[in-house]
Amino acid sequence: MAKEFELNEVEVWDGNYAASQALRQAQIDVVAAYPITPSTPIVEGYGAYVANGYVDGEFVMVESEHGAMSGCVGAAAAGGRVATATSSQGFALMVEVLYQASGMRLPIVLTVVNRALASPLNVRGDHSDMYLGRDSGWIQLDAYNPQEAYDLTLCAFRIGEHLDVRLPVMVHQDGFTTSHKAQNVTPLKDDVAYKFVGDYVPVNDMLDFSRPVTHGAQTEEDWHFEHKAKQHKALMDSRTVIDEVLAEFKELTGREYKRVETYYMEDAEVALVVLGSSVETAVIAAEELRAEGIKAGIVSPRCFRPFPYDLVRDALDVPSLKAVCCMDKSAPGGAMGALFNEISAAAYTTESRPLITNYIYGLGGRDFSIEEAKRIFKEQKAHADAGHITTPIQQFSGVRGPKLGFFETRRG
Amino acid sequence: MIEIRWHSRAGQGAVTGAKGLGSVVATTGKQVQAYALYGSAKRGAAMNAYNRIDDKPIRNQETKMFPDYVFVIDPALAFTDDITKNDKPETQYIITTHLSKEELISQIPALQDKVDRTYVVDCMQISLDTIGRAMPNTPILGAFMKVSKMYELDFFLDNMKKVLSKFPQRIIDANMEAITRAYNEVK
Repeated sequence: MAKEFELNEVEVWDGNYAASQALRQAQIDVVAAYPITPSTPIVEGYGAYVANGYVDGEFVMVESEHGAMSGCVGAAAAGGRVATATSSQGFALMVEVLYQASGMRLPIVLTVVNRALASPLNVRGDHSDMYLGRDSGWIQLDAYNPQEAYDLTLCAFRIGEHLDVRLPVMVHQDGFTTSHKAQNVTPLKDDVAYKFVGDYVPVNDMLDFSRPVTHGAQTEEDWHFEHKAKQHKALMDSRTVIDEVLAEFKELTGREYKRVETYYMEDAEVALVVLGSSVETAVIAAEELRAEGIKAGIVSPRCFRPFPYDLVRDALDVPSLKAVCCMDKSAPGGAMGALFNEISAAAYTTESRPLITNYIYGLGGRDFSIEEAKRIFKEQKAHADAGHITTPIQQFSGVRGPKLGFFETRRG
Repeated sequence: MIEIRWHSRAGQGAVTGAKGLGSVVATTGKQVQAYALYGSAKRGAAMNAYNRIDDKPIRNQETKMFPDYVFVIDPALAFTDDITKNDKPETQYIITTHLSKEELISQIPALQDKVDRTYVVDCMQISLDTIGRAMPNTPILGAFMKVSKMYELDFFLDNMKKVLSKFPQRIIDANMEAITRAYNEVK
C-alpha cells in the first residue's frame, strides 16, 4: 500500500511538480520514460515517489522516447494504468508510437511540456510539439498554469479510461513559462484525488489469459478504413465525456474548465484566439483595453483535440464581433497557422463572419507581453473600423528583422 | 502587485530563494509566482529569477517585469549586469557587496541618482560565516524583510524553517542565522 503524501492546503508548485503529483495520486502502474528538458522533473518526481514508497508502481528506464512510448503501449495493452512525459525532440521521436497507442485504443496519459523543435536547437517553449501531435488520434488538453496542469492531468485519466472513450490523452503545458514557474496550487488530498480518478478498469488486457486477444493487428484495405473511421468517431464522441468529467471536477473542486474558454466575449468587437499560458497574459490586455473603451475578448480552445468546432463557432457567433486574430505559436512551415485555418473554418459558418487574421508569435520561447497583446487587439480594432483587413493576413509578432507579411484580403 | 527581479549566477540558489520566498508569502494567503530564465545555462552563468506577489490570482505570464525590488546576489553582477533595466522611480536595490554603500555607488554610474533606494549587505561573507559556503540566496531574504518591512523577522524565520524542513537541522539553523545577520546588517 502506498504511503500518503502530506500536502498543504495551498502549495507553491511549478507546472512540472504539479503534473508529477497528479501522476502520483492517480497511482499509475507503469511509467516508462526517457527524460528531456523541460519535462524532466515530471518523471524524476515520479521516480522519487516510487523509490520512497508513495506509489505502488514501476518506473521503467528505456533507451529513447521511442522506447518510452513503446513501453507504455506494452504496459497499457497488458492492462495497466500508464503515463509518461516528454517534450520537443522526445515528442518527435515518439510520434510513430503515438499513432499506435491511439489506434490500439490504449488510454495512456502523456504530459507534454511544450517546447520548440530543432533546428536551431532550443529548449524553450512554443507549440511545435503540440501541433505535431494534432493528427495522432490523441485527445489534447491545454493547461495555462500549474494549477491547471495538475487538475487536467487528473481529469485526463478519467476521460481516456472512460469505457465510451478508451483513447490516449495528452495534457499540455508551456515549457518554462508554466513548467518552471511556481505558483499557488490547491491540490486535492490523496484519497479524494484517487477517488475522483477511480480504479483502473482493464479492457481486452493481454494479461487476462482466460481470454486471449490480439493488439496491434495488421489490416489492409479490407478493414483499415473501418478501424480508422471508428477511431475518429470515438474521438469526436469523447466530447460529451470530456464535458461530463470537467463538470464533475467542478462539482468536486469549484474549479471550472470548458472545452473552449471564453473571456469577455458577450459584447466583444475584437478578439484574440490563443492557446496556452499566453491566454492569461491576453486576458489582462483585454481588461486594460476595456478600461480604455475597446471591447476586447479572448477565445481559447482548451481542448485542442477533438477540435471543438461547434463551440468555437458558438464563441465567435457574437453579433458585435468584427475582427479576430488567431495566434499561432508554431512555425507554420509554408502555410497559414494551423489555429488560423481551423478557427477560420469554424467562423465561416457563423452569421457574423468576422475578419480573421493570423499572427505567428513566441517561437522558441520569445516573450509575449501585455503591451504586444494590446497592440494586436488595437490592430484588430483598426480592421473593424475600416471594415476590411488593413494588413497582410499573416504577420509575425515580436520578431527582429524586416517586417514579414503574407497574403492580402479580397474582401471589403 | 510587488515584483522582484533577482540577478544571480546559476548555482547561487536564486531559483530556490525565489521559490522559498514564494512559499513563505503563500502561507499568508497571498498569490505568488516564482520563476527564472536559465534553460541550458551552466553553473556560473549570469541569470535572472523573478517573483510576483499580489492579493489576487496572478495572471501575467510575461517574463519581463518593471521590478519594485532588484536583488543582486553576486557582487560582480552589480558591475556587469544591467541591474537598473526597466527601472521605476520607486525601484529599490539590495546588493551583495563587501564594499560600503558609498564605495559601491561611486563605481556604478547607474545607481548614482538612486542613493536613497540602494541598500548593501555582504551576503557572501555572511553565508561563508554561517552556512560555510557562498550561498547568498537566503541571507538576501533577511535583508529584504528589513528593507521592505513585509513581515516581522520572527514570522519570516518560522515560515522559512518549514520551507527548509527537508534539510538537516544543522543547515536550517545556519540559514536562520544567515537571514538574521543580513536583516541586522543591511544598510
